[in-house]
Amino acid sequence: MKELTIPRINETIYQETLPNGLTVFYYPKEDFEKTFAIFSTNYGSIDQKFTPLNSDEFTQVPDGIAHFLEHKMFEKEDGDVFQHFSERGASANAFTSFTQTAYLFSSTEDEERNVETLLDFVQDPYFTEQTVEKEKGIIEQEIRMYDDQSDWRLFFGTLQSMFENHPVRIDIAGTVDSIYTITREDLYLCYETFYHPSNMSLFVIGNFSLQEMAELVRNNQAKKEFAPIDDIKRDYGEEKDPVFKKKEVIHMPVQTPKCMVGIKDKKEHLQTSELLKNELVRELVMDLYFSKSGKYFEELYNEGLVIETLRLESYMEKSFGVTMIGGRTLKPEEFSDRVIDMLLNLKNSTISEEGFSRMKKRKYGELIRDFNELEGTANQIIHYHDLSVDYRNIFETLENLTRDDMKKVIDGWIDQDQITVCMVLPEEE
Amino acid sequence: MSQVTEQTIQKDDYSLHLFDTKKFKTNTIVLKFTRPLKRENITERALLPFVLQKGSEKYPTERALRQQLDELYGAKFSIYGGKKGENHIVTFILDIPNEKFIKDEETLTKEGLQFLSEVLTKPKAKNQAFDETLVEKEKDTLKSKIQSIIDEKMQYANMRLIDEMCEDEAFGIHAHGYLDDLPQLDGKSLYETYQQMITEDRLDVYVVGDFDNDQMEKDIEENLSFSRNPQASIYRSESILPKKVETITEKQKIQQAKLHMGFRTGVQFADDNFPALQVFNGIFGGYPHSKLFLNVREKHSLAYYAASRFESNKGLLFVFSGIAPDKYDQAREIIEAQHQAISEGEITDKEIDQTKKAITNQLKETLDRSTGIIDLFHQQVIGGKSEDPQAIAKAIQSVTKEDVIAVSKQIELDTVYFLTAENGGEEA
Repeated sequence: MKELTIPRINETIYQETLPNGLTVFYYPKEDFEKTFAIFSTNYGSIDQKFTPLNSDEFTQVPDGIAHFLEHKMFEKEDGDVFQHFSERGASANAFTSFTQTAYLFSSTEDEERNVETLLDFVQDPYFTEQTVEKEKGIIEQEIRMYDDQSDWRLFFGTLQSMFENHPVRIDIAGTVDSIYTITREDLYLCYETFYHPSNMSLFVIGNFSLQEMAELVRNNQAKKEFAPIDDIKRDYGEEKDPVFKKKEVIHMPVQTPKCMVGIKDKKEHLQTSELLKNELVRELVMDLYFSKSGKYFEELYNEGLVIETLRLESYMEKSFGVTMIGGRTLKPEEFSDRVIDMLLNLKNSTISEEGFSRMKKRKYGELIRDFNELEGTANQIIHYHDLSVDYRNIFETLENLTRDDMKKVIDGWIDQDQITVCMVLPEEE
Repeated sequence: MSQVTEQTIQKDDYSLHLFDTKKFKTNTIVLKFTRPLKRENITERALLPFVLQKGSEKYPTERALRQQLDELYGAKFSIYGGKKGENHIVTFILDIPNEKFIKDEETLTKEGLQFLSEVLTKPKAKNQAFDETLVEKEKDTLKSKIQSIIDEKMQYANMRLIDEMCEDEAFGIHAHGYLDDLPQLDGKSLYETYQQMITEDRLDVYVVGDFDNDQMEKDIEENLSFSRNPQASIYRSESILPKKVETITEKQKIQQAKLHMGFRTGVQFADDNFPALQVFNGIFGGYPHSKLFLNVREKHSLAYYAASRFESNKGLLFVFSGIAPDKYDQAREIIEAQHQAISEGEITDKEIDQTKKAITNQLKETLDRSTGIIDLFHQQVIGGKSEDPQAIAKAIQSVTKEDVIAVSKQIELDTVYFLTAENGGEEA
């Protein structure tokens, strides 16, 4: 077992890779009441064209299947797995993102049996035609609920405007039409391919005994048989660097318009070795200029173009990266024009030493604060592990970052061709 | 369960609650100003947090104020208002990295207290009035916030249910204020409300983190003393019996309908049968193992969500569900049948056992978040009953099936609110 230390905050995490390929992290925190465990596969909504296990031919599956699979994992021949967790007072849940499907629980007792249940239910699929059909009504309601939410529509509208072919433009849950075409066979195909231990990680954090937990996980995995490790090829389509469309408008029954300006990353900036730095610079730029302590936020507020706050988001993955700046605004056209001007202007402006060091202080404090939260810590480390990045390097990356580095990253990142706009406007009478 | 050591120090004009724990990398400082909910000043109290965050004497703009927080290693700060039962509470929260984890910093938490004091006691005001331009601008912010509630369907349906159900009760007052009040509201009237809040409200100060209690008490005393003369006490609501069941239907251009239902429980936080109400709620709709989730969602595939939640300080219980517009009758029938089933004793030992464990688990997990600890203890202040987590867990354990049945029989449906699609359930 490897010991991963983070000396700055007196923390130690343990990591090992089991013979079947599963990566396991243990992070004991004995001051806490609870234990949180997450069992995650490096498989999300964008992985819909791939080579199935033991095959070299690409196959394509319906939109929304990763999420559908997540729903169906909880149902077994003898009923619902939720019940096993709740019998022990644990609360279980799951989520699907663009690149990840994860199953999790938190509990304050019986954590070893809960980890065993977590491993066992995810590694024992049970899909029948009848249970697959039954789920369609539930997921349809989930999709329709999100369709009524303007923030969600704005977010996907921005992605659809940015990407022409990359499947990140498709809603994680798919569409009402696509989910009705999903079959039991589709689910098994995706399961066999992506739920192989070598494509998965388990993270256990909280109040548990390291030796006993590690023993339990090793024995549990040693008992099970899996196909030999096979390489999965994934196809995300041909995507050009520039944005697909400059602008997208969605009409829906809202009172106040919303507007989002999105910057699409060029592929060259998604390289593993540069990822932490590139992502950090994007976040620092958001903090320095567009957060409430930022120069541009203040200008937008004074010009009456922003209400209360801005929504700032940045995601960088192996196959796509986006940064978004948005909010409610009474003047969406002016808002987007001003934000685009501001972004382009960043290339010519110099960052003051004072502002730079203030941003680094803030970021450092935020990195420390993140460790308060067990769930967030586990997710963060798994996310970077899937990207082949050691998250601990973030502290060093931050400390070593210079103004020159930042300037260089900004120059490569921001370009007219990389920027798109999406608006949610009230319906026309 | 590990001990959470609370030390409460009763000062002349405020209560100080200290929780010393090594769990967290930050220290959390929270101030809660409490007074009974009143229609007259609610819009001022709703606007106050917006204006106070826009600057102070020393930090004249929002940007300057936020830059100071950046200097304090990204300390997280906010002010917000809300209601608990029929009380209105204005909360100030500062979460600041513990200097123990930062090289060359020794006085960070103290600087955080100085910041809090500045924002709280030296706002941007002159001659007993807030800056007029600022107030006008923030009135627009609040206005747009109020107008946007309708865009968030779940939140809107909750608000409308309570509007209809508690029309003649203080609980029906909107904590976010009213559009009608805004034109009359100015820098002067807002300042009066501010003065009243900081001098007359009940004040509770909470600090959670890794620190020395005596030193923290001294630092708080030094930095957060200002002249106070508390007048307000906490209002404890009377239970109200339902009249006949009202059903309200509203139509909008939406895809998913919201069926929200309001019940009267007659049970409040300090009552002996409050633990029985918690167990009832867990069996009924609080968890994924609850009757609502299993029957409305899993058995009949009617909804993505179907859950219940109780209001501890007003004797209310709410059911929320998101359903297809044409499934109203079926969903309502199933929801009411689940309540009926509990009253008739259709409860398995397993349901009771799962629910007790889930509540205990949730309680313990609350202690893993600094704001969780603060909310737990502040609820005790508001509810008028003080118990340590061990005692709460014990009370839950001792609830019997008969207790749950008794409380279930006491719960009555009052109002049904249905927000549905304009085309009445045809495909959109």
